[in-house]
Formats: sequence, C-alpha cells, structure tokens
Amino acid sequence: MLNNREALEVIGKVRGEQIVITTMGSMGIWPDISDTPLDFAYLPSSMGQGISLGLGLALAQPSRGVIAVIGDGSLLMNLGSLVTVANHPAPLHVVLIDNGVYELTGGQLTPGSRRTEFAALARAAGIERAFHFDALPEWEKCAADALGGSDHSFIWLQVDRQNGPPPLPPKRPMTEQIARLHQELERRT
Amino acid sequence: MLSGCAVTAAFEACGITHVVWIPDSLLGTWEVNLQQSKVLRLVRACREGEAIAIAGGLLLGGAKPIVMIQCTGLFEAGDALRNIVYDLGLPLLMLVGVRNLLAYEAGQTTDNCPVFAEEIVRAWKLPSVLLDPNRACERDLTETLRDWRRASQAGVVLIAE
Repeated sequence: MLNNREALEVIGKVRGEQIVITTMGSMGIWPDISDTPLDFAYLPSSMGQGISLGLGLALAQPSRGVIAVIGDGSLLMNLGSLVTVANHPAPLHVVLIDNGVYELTGGQLTPGSRRTEFAALARAAGIERAFHFDALPEWEKCAADALGGSDHSFIWLQVDRQNGPPPLPPKRPMTEQIARLHQELERRT
Repeated sequence: MLSGCAVTAAFEACGITHVVWIPDSLLGTWEVNLQQSKVLRLVRACREGEAIAIAGGLLLGGAKPIVMIQCTGLFEAGDALRNIVYDLGLPLLMLVGVRNLLAYEAGQTTDNCPVFAEEIVRAWKLPSVLLDPNRACERDLTETLRDWRRASQAGVVLIAE
C-alpha cells in the first residue's frame, strides 16, 4: 500500500503552478516536498472545510487550479461538499489521503474505516473524474492526468496507517501565508 | 423595501462578485433577481459551514463574496465562522435571515430563533446591523456593506423575517 509521504511526493512532481492546500497530517510532510507561496497549510482550520476552502479558491482563480489534500475524517465531516464541488465547475482537484483513522487524536478508527468507497461516493455526487489508487506505480503513472484539466477531479488514495504521531505542521503564521499567497497571485495576474 | 431587485443592486454597487448561499423562505424569493445579475455569480452550498469556507477561499483568491443564509444555518456553522474570521482574519460579509423575528415581536410565535440570533452574532463579536425588509431600502444595505468593505472588516446584516 502507499504511504502518505510517497503519495504527496507524487503530487509534488506534477502540481505545476497549482495552489496546494494541505490539511491535518499532510501539513507536516508537505514542506519537505515544496515550500512556495502557492503552498498553503490550512492551520488553524475548521475541520472538514479544506475542500470548501479549496473550492472557493478555485472559483476565484479559474485559470490556475487548486489541489486540496484532505483526510478521510475531514471529508466525512463535510460529505455534502462533494455535491457542491460537482455542481460548480472549477479546477479543484481533491486528494483524499485515506488512512482509516483520526491520526491527530491517536489513531482511532474513522466511521466506515476501510469500508467506505470514497471514489464511488464522489461519482455518485456528480464528480465524473473520480480515481482510486492504493499502490505507488499506478498513482505515479496516472497522477498528472488525474490532477490536471480545467474541471474538478477526486483522487482517493488509500495509505498505510502511520506508527507514532504525525510530523509537526509548519510554523509559518497564517497572516504570513496569506500575504505570500496574495502577493504571488497578484504577481501572476 | 428590500426586494430581490434592491438586494441585487446593493450587492452590485458594493462590488460583490459571488453570493454563496442557501435559500430560506425569504432569501429564496430573491433568487430570480440575483440570477439575472450580469455581475454576481451564485454558489449554492449544501450546508452553511461550507458556504462560509467557500467564501473564505474566494477571499483568499481575491474575490469579493457575501454569504447569505438563515440564522439556523449560522448557528450550525459556528466553527467555520470562527476559523474564517478569526484564524484566517478574512473580512467575511454575511446577510443572515432571522427566522420569525417579526412574528416573535408581535407575540405570534414560540420559535426561539429570534431569541438567539442577535445574541449569537454578538457572542461572535461581529459588527451587525438589523434591517426590516419592509422598511429598509437598497441604500441602507449598500451603505452598510460598503462601510465594512472599505474598512476590510467582517460584518453581518441581519434581516428580520
């Protein structure tokens, strides 16, 4: 099975000029892969809202593209957002890192852990481009296509559960992140 | 009177780009006018917390949204509101329908939404203005929203329903 770091490293190779929003456990790994003004660690966050924040950003920046990396616990808190995404064409690519647990609180199982078919949920919500990967070679082969295009996509990545606590998230304050992002977006307008 | 036409005109005058919303029995009557706007883009969310986070993303991306929901949804969406306004520091504008406020003031309902709506906006430490759509006009809404936009601050227009 994939691990979180491998999954994210693939994104790092193909993300191009897209904005990448990371949440929860991914925030601690992503800065090792990329740390540019277009990398936005959503911390502090409102649980489950990474996908919605990403949709808003994609609607505001339709020529750019946004990749929102979320966890299974987060998505379960905001399942209706899949329908909202499906009904608002925008270049938002949702990457679900599914490890089946609430990683940050000590690894308790999420509801439906390892039973819920998230790609099917996304398709049923109306997101036609919904993918599922649980092995690195296939994810590497398909990532550029899955994360490309001017319309939304949903990528369900099943990953191993980590042993031990997740890496610490970055310390860059939110005000600094937002200022950097705004500056970069204005520079490229 | 705050009709759909007046609300649409007020939003346009204030430079609003997106209306992120879930209709209620009053706000929903404004849909036809909002849809006819050549400027406003309507974004229908499934739940009000989502609407607030979508507006947060729009603000991050340089757009000028307003969130339009009923007070019951405001109650539900508290954590998203806390995060977008106070963690991200974004100047979130909202228009919130206060369900049954007019009937409550006339002693004609036991609905407790009116008991809590203004208190909860105060608890969230947000500037707010209460408008009666039967008495307020486009200018009242435009001036309120424009003042908050100029000051880059969050604010809630409460609409008595």
